[in-house]
Amino acid sequence: MAFGAFASTEAPAVEQAPRRKSRVVLFLLLPGILYLLLFFAVPLVSLALTSLQQPSLTGDIGSYDYAFNWQNYVVVIERYGPHILRSFGYAVTATVFALLFSYPLAYFIGVTLRPYRLLQGLALVLVIAPFFISFLLRTLAWKQILADEGPVVSFLQALQLMPADAQITGTAFSVIFGLTYNFIPFMVLPIYTSLERLDLRYVEAGADLYASPATTFRKVTLPLSAPGIISGVLLTFIPAAGDYINASRDFLGSTDTAMIGNVIEANFLVLQNYPAAAALSFILMSVILVLISFYVRRSGTEDLV
Amino acid sequence: MARGQFDEAGADLELQGVTKRFPGFTAVDDLTLTIPAGSFFALLGPSGCGKTTTLRLVAGLEDATEGRILIGGKDVTSTKPHQRPVNTVFQSYALFPHMTVLENVEFGLKRRGISDAGQKAHEALRLVELDHLAGRKPQQLSGGQQQRVALARAIVNRPALLLLDEPLGALDLKLRRQMQLELKSIQGEVGLTFLHVTHDQEEAMTMADTVAVMNKGRIEQLGAPEELYELPHTAFVANFLGQSNLFTGPVAGTTADSISVELAGHKIVVPKSRAKRHTGEVTVGIRPEKLRLHTEAPTPVPEDNLLGPGRIADVSFSGVSTQYLVDIPGVGSIVVFAQNSTFGPVAAEGAEVWLTWHIEHGFGLLDEPGEESKFASDTDTQTLAVQRRKRLESELEAG
Repeated sequence: MAFGAFASTEAPAVEQAPRRKSRVVLFLLLPGILYLLLFFAVPLVSLALTSLQQPSLTGDIGSYDYAFNWQNYVVVIERYGPHILRSFGYAVTATVFALLFSYPLAYFIGVTLRPYRLLQGLALVLVIAPFFISFLLRTLAWKQILADEGPVVSFLQALQLMPADAQITGTAFSVIFGLTYNFIPFMVLPIYTSLERLDLRYVEAGADLYASPATTFRKVTLPLSAPGIISGVLLTFIPAAGDYINASRDFLGSTDTAMIGNVIEANFLVLQNYPAAAALSFILMSVILVLISFYVRRSGTEDLV
Repeated sequence: MARGQFDEAGADLELQGVTKRFPGFTAVDDLTLTIPAGSFFALLGPSGCGKTTTLRLVAGLEDATEGRILIGGKDVTSTKPHQRPVNTVFQSYALFPHMTVLENVEFGLKRRGISDAGQKAHEALRLVELDHLAGRKPQQLSGGQQQRVALARAIVNRPALLLLDEPLGALDLKLRRQMQLELKSIQGEVGLTFLHVTHDQEEAMTMADTVAVMNKGRIEQLGAPEELYELPHTAFVANFLGQSNLFTGPVAGTTADSISVELAGHKIVVPKSRAKRHTGEVTVGIRPEKLRLHTEAPTPVPEDNLLGPGRIADVSFSGVSTQYLVDIPGVGSIVVFAQNSTFGPVAAEGAEVWLTWHIEHGFGLLDEPGEESKFASDTDTQTLAVQRRKRLESELEAG
């Protein structure tokens, strides 16, 4: 066959732009590097040193000396192990729920509403609208709605769906509910971005190649929107794991639902046990790093982060 | 459709009164068409004529407003695209960017549960000579290679009907010609029914057994390429397939087997068998390459039509032939193609010339005269100029 005639049309190797390590580039990077050094590296080192401190010999509360007291880590893991597990359990559950709610919503806005530009813009504004009100106020509002004398509890109790002494606030349900609610926009927006760019001709090609709508979704739409899902999951999971508002007693939680963020807050501000707070922060950070790198590797998109 | 097995051979495609209306316009208007199994059928027309919509209706990507679509005798009008035994080579190729070339080609086979999909996919890739690139991603291939992958992805399924939606549109001229020949030979090898949509008249004529010229949602004329070219029925076909010189005038005389049309003192004779209408105002035409140019007045002979004298308004040399534009008073501008079998042009600009042609070469059209928009393809500059003038005039009147 004459296809050999096309040999010359093979894609040439993409030419790499010459790498210029000019001083200009370094100079332009300097402010960023200085900023990172000052506000990221230095605090990190300071936190690491704090996490290894031991109580001051003078015995003053909240006064510590520099040491290499790695026992701090053992102590906090022993004491706060359940909180750490609970944090990641809540964060994973909230992330899954947020994904389940957000994907159809993002699909609706990004694909179904695509021919109607005005409606699409309106729907996006509605997704972002909660940001116009403070995060704290919104969470407090939910506390009011879900409170023991609030409309939801009264309604459910009136219908005998809930025992008279049962509560919604202060339970794992209300904390996960709050986390899910608060992070849905962070999940919707990246998924929307990747679905909005989804070329529907691929979906048509899938249908043309004998794939049912469900198979086309699984084999074509879902993989093509994976970058959005991955960013959405990261944007939800990381802050949710460290969140201390939703699980706080003042908002939707109780002492039984305290997450690692609440424990860090208590150690730092109330107990003044700075080494324990610092050690917990480091544990939170490293567990997130491990989980995320595992997740990103599994998703096969190392170039995303 | 049966899982795990291929269709026996190509299948007939039958459209019965298919209409597709979009809000505000009718894309396909009461189309009835039969494409026999194993044939290479081209739908030819300018952009917006409804040819791509027709293809999408057959693929199931659009729902027909009215009418029925039958493939191999089975009514598929209400079935979903994935249930139809058709595959499409899309204009944009639509290769899945997240899959390798091999995975793309395997996709349809796997969905139908066909055994050793990988083996068959490799075979299809060998057919288009791209097996060595099976592990690449589509965006790492050139346009021509992507086109061939798209073709392999469709033909590997051995569909009863293969739909080609201007798949060569994005390729450069040389590659396009090469691919046309390849497609034609693959069609012969695999024996599928091909439905090819294109706006390139040369492509349609070289590749297809049967060409249907579409205009405004309807088929203007359908037939073998030679037939369409030699005996167009409408001015649209006459000008969309190649060029034509068209003259309109009243029928002045009729004999047993011919009619003669009066045109500014000249009589143009056309055989009745080659004229669609025999009375009233009739448009007759002649292809530019069938005209003979004379620098001295020829003696009239009964088997030739004679026009002239006229003056050459323009001469353009294009290698194998020379195109002359001859102005004949009362008749208008006439295009003449002359083979450069001797050296260079035989007449210069401004020269006095006569034109003759054999009466058997002329044709008479079906159109009612006076529909200027139907008299030329919409890419013709003359038509564009006329349309623009009309628009301006109507705007001025309105203002």
